[in-house]
Order: sequence, then C-alpha cells, then structure tokens
Amino acid sequence: MLKGMTRLVSRVHKMQKLRIRKLDPGRFLHSGTQAPQCLVAHLDNQVPTESPRAISRTLENDPAKHGEQHVGQHYNISIQELKTVFPHGLPPRFVMQVKTFNEACLMVRKPALELLHYLKNTNFAHPAVRYVLYGEKGTGKTLSLCHIIHFCAKQDWLILHIPDAHLWVKNCRDLLQSTYNKQRFDQPLEASVWLKNFKTANERFLSQIKVQDKYVWNKRESTEKGSPLAEVVEQGIMRVRNATDAVGIVLKELKRQSSLGIFRLLVAVDGVNALWGRTTLKREDKSLIAPEELALIYNLRKMVKNDWQGGAIVLTVSQTGSLFKPRKAYLPQELLGKEGFDTLDPFIPILVSNYNPKEFEACIQYYLENSWLQHEKAHTEEGKKELLFLSNRNPGLLERLCAYL
Amino acid sequence: MAAPCVSCGAAASYRLFLAGRVSFAREQGLWKAAAAGLQTGTRCQILRLKHSPAVTTKKNVAALRRESYTVDFIKKQIEEFNIGKRHLANMMGEDPETFTQEDIDRAITYLFPSGLFEKRARPIMKHPEEIFPKQRAIQWGEDGRPFHFLFYTGKQSYYSLMHEAYGKVLHVEERQDQLRAKGLFSEKPKTKDPIGSRWLIKEELEEMLVEKLSDQDYAQFIRLLERLSALPCDAAEEEFVGRFRRTVTVQSKKHLIEPLQYDEQGMAFSTGRGNAPWRRGKRKTANAEAVVHGHGSGKIEINGVDYLLYFPVTQDREQLMFPFHFLDRLGKHDVTCTVSGGGRSSQAGAIRLAVARALCSFITEDEVEWMRQAGLLTTDPRVRERKKPGQEGARRKFTWKKR
Repeated sequence: MLKGMTRLVSRVHKMQKLRIRKLDPGRFLHSGTQAPQCLVAHLDNQVPTESPRAISRTLENDPAKHGEQHVGQHYNISIQELKTVFPHGLPPRFVMQVKTFNEACLMVRKPALELLHYLKNTNFAHPAVRYVLYGEKGTGKTLSLCHIIHFCAKQDWLILHIPDAHLWVKNCRDLLQSTYNKQRFDQPLEASVWLKNFKTANERFLSQIKVQDKYVWNKRESTEKGSPLAEVVEQGIMRVRNATDAVGIVLKELKRQSSLGIFRLLVAVDGVNALWGRTTLKREDKSLIAPEELALIYNLRKMVKNDWQGGAIVLTVSQTGSLFKPRKAYLPQELLGKEGFDTLDPFIPILVSNYNPKEFEACIQYYLENSWLQHEKAHTEEGKKELLFLSNRNPGLLERLCAYL
Repeated sequence: MAAPCVSCGAAASYRLFLAGRVSFAREQGLWKAAAAGLQTGTRCQILRLKHSPAVTTKKNVAALRRESYTVDFIKKQIEEFNIGKRHLANMMGEDPETFTQEDIDRAITYLFPSGLFEKRARPIMKHPEEIFPKQRAIQWGEDGRPFHFLFYTGKQSYYSLMHEAYGKVLHVEERQDQLRAKGLFSEKPKTKDPIGSRWLIKEELEEMLVEKLSDQDYAQFIRLLERLSALPCDAAEEEFVGRFRRTVTVQSKKHLIEPLQYDEQGMAFSTGRGNAPWRRGKRKTANAEAVVHGHGSGKIEINGVDYLLYFPVTQDREQLMFPFHFLDRLGKHDVTCTVSGGGRSSQAGAIRLAVARALCSFITEDEVEWMRQAGLLTTDPRVRERKKPGQEGARRKFTWKKR
C-alpha cells in the first residue's frame, strides 16, 4: 500500500510537470505533502486508474484532434475499427500485443503528428506529395504509418495500403507469366490476398467508383465500362489467375479518378525500398528476376509517381525485410539505391527516432498498467534505468525486452 | 627447533644410516646453465621443484617413504648454490656480495624466459633449503636407543613442544602467585594486536615440526598458546609465542593500478587526456580503449557507432551495463570507446573491463574495492587452449577404437 502511495505521489509530480488537463487541478494540490490525503480515496481501488493513465493514455481517440499535448500518450482504437481499417496493416508483434491486452493502443509521437499536420494542410489540386518515413530498426515507422492510415480512414479517404512490399519480392511460390504482358510475371497468391484486404478496408468506396474502360478477362468474362470497381475486385478474388491484373486495373482506375475529386486517395506503402532493390525470385532457368518484371511491382511504381492529384503518398523505407542491404543502413539514400531515390526524388523525409524520455516513461507505464511487467524491480527507478540502458529507448527493442519480464 | 632435521646444522653429528648406494636420478633433473662464461668445474644448479624419485636399490631401513638426502649432499648443494649465485651476479654485471634472492629471480626470468602458464613450472633458482623438503634424521643411535625421551609417543616434536609450552604456562602462573603473595601483582590488561598477525596454520606447523599432526592436536596446541598469551608474559615467552604467529599483510588486496586522475570530470572543453582518461581492457584477443566522461546521459559510442547497433545481442549490452549498474550510475556517464579484435562476446568483455577501469577515477576507494571483489577489474585470463598433437582438439581425444 505504501508503495502504491509513493507511486501515486510521484505520478502527481509528473502530472504537474506535464500540465494535463484531464484531471481538474483542484484535486491535486501543489504541495506534495497534501497529495496523499487526497489520494486516500483511491486506495480503495486496487489499481490506481486515473493518475498513471494520465501520463500514458489519452481519451482522445480521434487522430484528427491529436496535437502537441498528446505526445507520448496512447490512444485507443476499437476492435471493430481495427478490423475494417487494418485488415493487413499492423506489424505481427503488435497484433500479438493487441490480442494479449485485448485493446489496441497506439502511441502518439512527433513524426506522426508532423505528418498529420501536413496532411491536414494538403492542397488537393497540387500533385500528390510524397512523404518518406525513415529511421533505424525498431523505431516505430510502421506504427506511425498505421497512425496516419487511421487518421485518413477517419477522414474518409480511400486507403491503398500495401503492408509490406518486401513480401512481394521474395518467397513467392507460384509465378505465372502475365496474361497481359508476356515479359512480366504474375503473383496470384499475393495479389488475391491483397485484394481481399483492400475490399475489407474500403467497402463503401468500391460501389461508388465506376470503371472507365472495358476489361476483358478471358473469352467468357469481361467487365463493362461504368460498372463499379467492386466487380473488378470480385473478379480478382474469384479468378486467382487474373488477380494481378485486377490489382493493376484497380491501381490505374484509382489513380485516374482521384484527380476528379470524388474521393481522396492515400497510398501507403511500407518497405518501399523493395520496389527498387533486388528480388530473390528466379525463373525456371534459375536466372534472377528484376523487380520491374513483376507486374505488381511495375504497377505499384506507377502509383508511387506523383503525377496525379487529390491525395498523398506516405512511404516507409525499412531494412528489416529488405534483401541484400546491410543491417546498419537506414537512410533513404542507402536503402532505395540510386534508381529509387531518383524516382522518388522530390519527397519530404521524416525521421522517426527512438523514444524521448517522456515517451519511454509513458510506454513503461502502459506496460505496467496492463500488468505486462511482472518483475518486482520493474516498478522501481533502477529497473527503469536498466531497461532504458539495455534498449537505449528503442521501441522495438523495449517491447522485446519487456516480453521476457 | 626441537625436531632434529637434516637442514638443521645441529644434527651434523648424527650419522645417517641410509641404504648404501642410492643412485640419485637427480643428475637428470639438473639443468645446465646455457649462458656462456661458466667454468667447467662448477655447475650452476637450477633445479626443478619436483623431479623423479630416487631409485633405491635396497629398502630403506628407516622406512621413510619420501626421498631422503644425505646431510653431505645437502651441504654440497648449498655450496654449489652459493657459488652459482656469485657466477650469476658476475654474469649480470652486479656485485656478488649484495646479490639477493630477488635479484636472482629477476636474473633467471631474464635469462630463461618461459611462456608456461603455470608459474611453478618455470625455471627457478632457490636456496636448497627451500627446495629440498625437510627430513628427519634417524632418531636412534647405534644401540637402537632413541635419543629423544618422547620418541615412543610417536610425535616427539609435537609433544615436546606442548610440554615446553605448558612448562612456560606453569612458570608464568608461579610467578604470578609469587607476585600476588608479595602484593605487587597488578592486573595489566593484555594489549594484543588482534589484526596483523595470525596463528600458524596446521600445514605450517607440520612443516615446522616435520611431523604429521591431526586436527585435534593442532587445535589443542593453539588453545594452549592462546592460554599462554592471555597471561602476562615476559619477553622470552613473548618471543616463544611470536615464533608461532605470522603477520597478515593487511590490504593484501591492494589494487595496484590506480593512476587516479581526479581532474576536471568530464568538462568538455578541457583538452587531451586531462578529463577522461583512456583506459584499456582485454579479453581473449579483443583490445578495447574507453573514455568515460563525467557528465553524460548514458550514451555509449563504439567505433563511432551507437552501442545499440554495434551489439544487437542483449547479452553484450548487459555486459556493458554491469559496471554502471553496480555503481548505480546508469544514466550519468558518456562513454566513447574503440575496440578491435576478438569476437562479439570478447569485445563486450574488453569494453566492460576498460569502462570499469575508467570509472575507478570517479569513485571512492571503497567502491573500487567492491568492484575488485565483484571481478570487474580483473582481466579474464582465459585464452584459447592450444591443440595438442595426438588429440583432436585441446582436450578431445580421437575416438577410441577397441581394435
């Protein structure tokens, strides 16, 4: 009990530093000695819910309203939203964490806030601006991307989210020669999976958008001009052989029609350096395939060019899934290579770095609240210092370390 | 010493009664000095501590199982040692008169550098008394009658020592009674220095008496001596007790290397090696040099790279954390270091040692002692053992085939 009181007292001091407007100031007086008396009421509850939550959590669940004061705090995403907005976007460890804690909480961080600010002030008449999130391994690029996607989903944009472009350039079992273009290769499995997820994410748009060309799939099936995009997607899902072409069509149509202003398009690609790197896929005669020979990659490259209006392109470069790149490379120049860098050239780089002390503290608080850290020293200052040292405030590493505690 | 032993000069009158011709294989054990300038007549004896036991043709009547050396042999060895010492002094260009044992040791390590790890296997040149184990002369005369009156107790030296000590106790008590009778008795509290000396341990006592003792014997003896020392003693008795005490070197655990630079700690603008000394650390084949700054935030940079990138494995980072965590200074110092050689684990160990040594300048003496006891300041002596011929590895033998 005494430990709880001392913890609450330290929280009080922290709160006064941060000036959170959650709790009415009359409750917690400024002199530290009086605080325990006020908190006596809280001792009835087993877990002091309010004061630590004020550090690590916020009740503001709409990303549009996140501002500077929310930096370091976790906000909640409901599970239904998670299913619609992120059918395939979240990193696997985060998915496990969501499942364990039974709630999805993302931390609000500065790079994401910066990007949100830019997005809020985009001029949709201009060509789409490219933003590249880069940073060292485990600093939170993918989750920042998810934050942006959540924001855009709330704002009713159409989200074109490719969770990990690296998955399309490696470990592909079946490569078919493309029906559309003989030199290129299809990847039916990946394309169909992606189409399914795309459908889940953007249900309401698919019926609104109309196709502007006629597409003939094979002798018996074709899609007429003016039919909704949903049909194309359905065709791709059902006929797996045509899935890649369906993806290509979807991308083309969306690009064309976003300039018209019916909807706003967000292209979010994670691991965009895969588009210009090398692949590990081989043809039957064991010769390597260049990325442009994969139809998916080819179409995606067209998407990422900024020759369309009415949306934004948010990209991430990551070393984690990349092929043939040294571990310490994290700058866009190193990871994209010359070709990729030139193609993406006018872009806005946003560095995602390790936690600052406040965010680190908030993260630890979050874990403590969810009873994730069971070690008896985890609450103490020394324990926190150890974790700080060992992880050097790297979010990914911290998460892995805490998994053992 | 009560016990008559060979090394004691007083026992020269006893005729040793050993088996006739004992051909000592000691000749093989002798090393001839390789240095030039030796005269052919004398042999510089550099003896190994353990050599092959003497081949006895006839069974020793005294039934001493150890190797036995004649008094003459020992005396000859001593002469040869002294002559050899003078030759060595001449060789090294020093004065033969003032050539001490330390000088001898230094000269031998210089002339015969050895890379053996076991210090006791290296060449030594010491006085024969230290090399040859002490032996007992035959305890009885020609008629078979023993010399010592306590011979038939079995442990004659021990019992004679006890007898002597008890005699002294009685003597002191008698004196006390006399003083009390005269009325001049004064209770003088015994001021004994508790720290600084210790009783002999059992092995040392056995060595002194050249006799085997049991634990109870030893305990009894120590009790008697303590009783004696508790009484007000004369100078003679003090000297007697003093023979059985050894000084304990206080602070034997003194850390030798402490060039503590208590300079401006970590002020960025001071130049050179003033503020944060470069300290070295080694482990296996890795060499590290580290600089610890006084006022920092816990950043560590290795070869220009952050430690998180350089050591992706948690175990290595824990090694780096150990010195700071031990001293509770986790977020207070900045470290810049360079490391080369070895593998990831040995590099981590080398940096740890370097960082611990560098931190010595910032902390108190007590904490340095604690670190030393925790093992943070000791270079790990383990290196890779060489592979031996006839075996597959350092220890692993080839598969044994029965046929």
